[in-house]
Amino acid sequence: MPINYYIFLALALFCIGVVGVLTRRNAIIIFMCIELMLNAANLLLVAFSKLYTHVSTLPTAGSDAQIFVFFIMVVAAAEVSVGLAIIVMMYRNTHSVDVNFLNRLKN
Amino acid sequence: MSITQILFWLLSAVAVGGAIMVVASKSPVHSILFLIITFFAISGHYILLNAQFLAIVNIIVYAGAIMVLFLFVVMLMNLNEESAPPQKNKYILYGGTIAGASLMLVLVAALKQSAQGRHLMETNNGTGGLIENLGKLLFTDYVFPFEISSVLFLSAMIGAVVISKKEA
Repeated sequence: MPINYYIFLALALFCIGVVGVLTRRNAIIIFMCIELMLNAANLLLVAFSKLYTHVSTLPTAGSDAQIFVFFIMVVAAAEVSVGLAIIVMMYRNTHSVDVNFLNRLKN
Repeated sequence: MSITQILFWLLSAVAVGGAIMVVASKSPVHSILFLIITFFAISGHYILLNAQFLAIVNIIVYAGAIMVLFLFVVMLMNLNEESAPPQKNKYILYGGTIAGASLMLVLVAALKQSAQGRHLMETNNGTGGLIENLGKLLFTDYVFPFEISSVLFLSAMIGAVVISKKEA
């Protein structure tokens, strides 16, 4: 399986996430699109970790990229907990999760 | 066409279709369920790449914990029906879609001709993704980031509690 296929798959997922962030106004869906982009990057990291393993004799060849993906998941979990707390806070103040209402926080 | 390629195309179709439905569907609950489908497809890709530990962690952490948290928040807020007024100007929709498609086009055009793109991957073998090797590496070379991440989780927990606390 050439690496190109995985590059283009991750690219498609990332661009769908970008379109979601740009077009949707619901804060929760924007947040989910950010998760989608993170997962596209994770998929690409795992795909690249399997690229040159056949030239290495170490049993842990390619493990570093997967540790990296593991830490991205750790950061994503922490980010989701804080972000959802912020969205709940925003809903409590404005009774909406529409990001366009956020300009009311100016004064 | 080998079984690996068939599985690759199947999982890719499920992942991309689920991702499109996340953006396109009206109700937030449906978006969350489609995102769970996408995460399962990505986990299937990890299994295909012999990254078994990451496949399991992806299902447990993402599909199991994070998306359930999203579902809880959506159901807590009672956002099942689209209560917001409909999209005021269509130009944001068109502009965002064109911007994302242009990004995709530029990146595909840039990467299509790369010489590394035709290198083959080891899809079904290799021990780098097994839990034995990852665990050894995590507790020897990467033990310091591992401990730092516990501090990150503690601060995230305190932050979430402080932010969502009702001010008395």
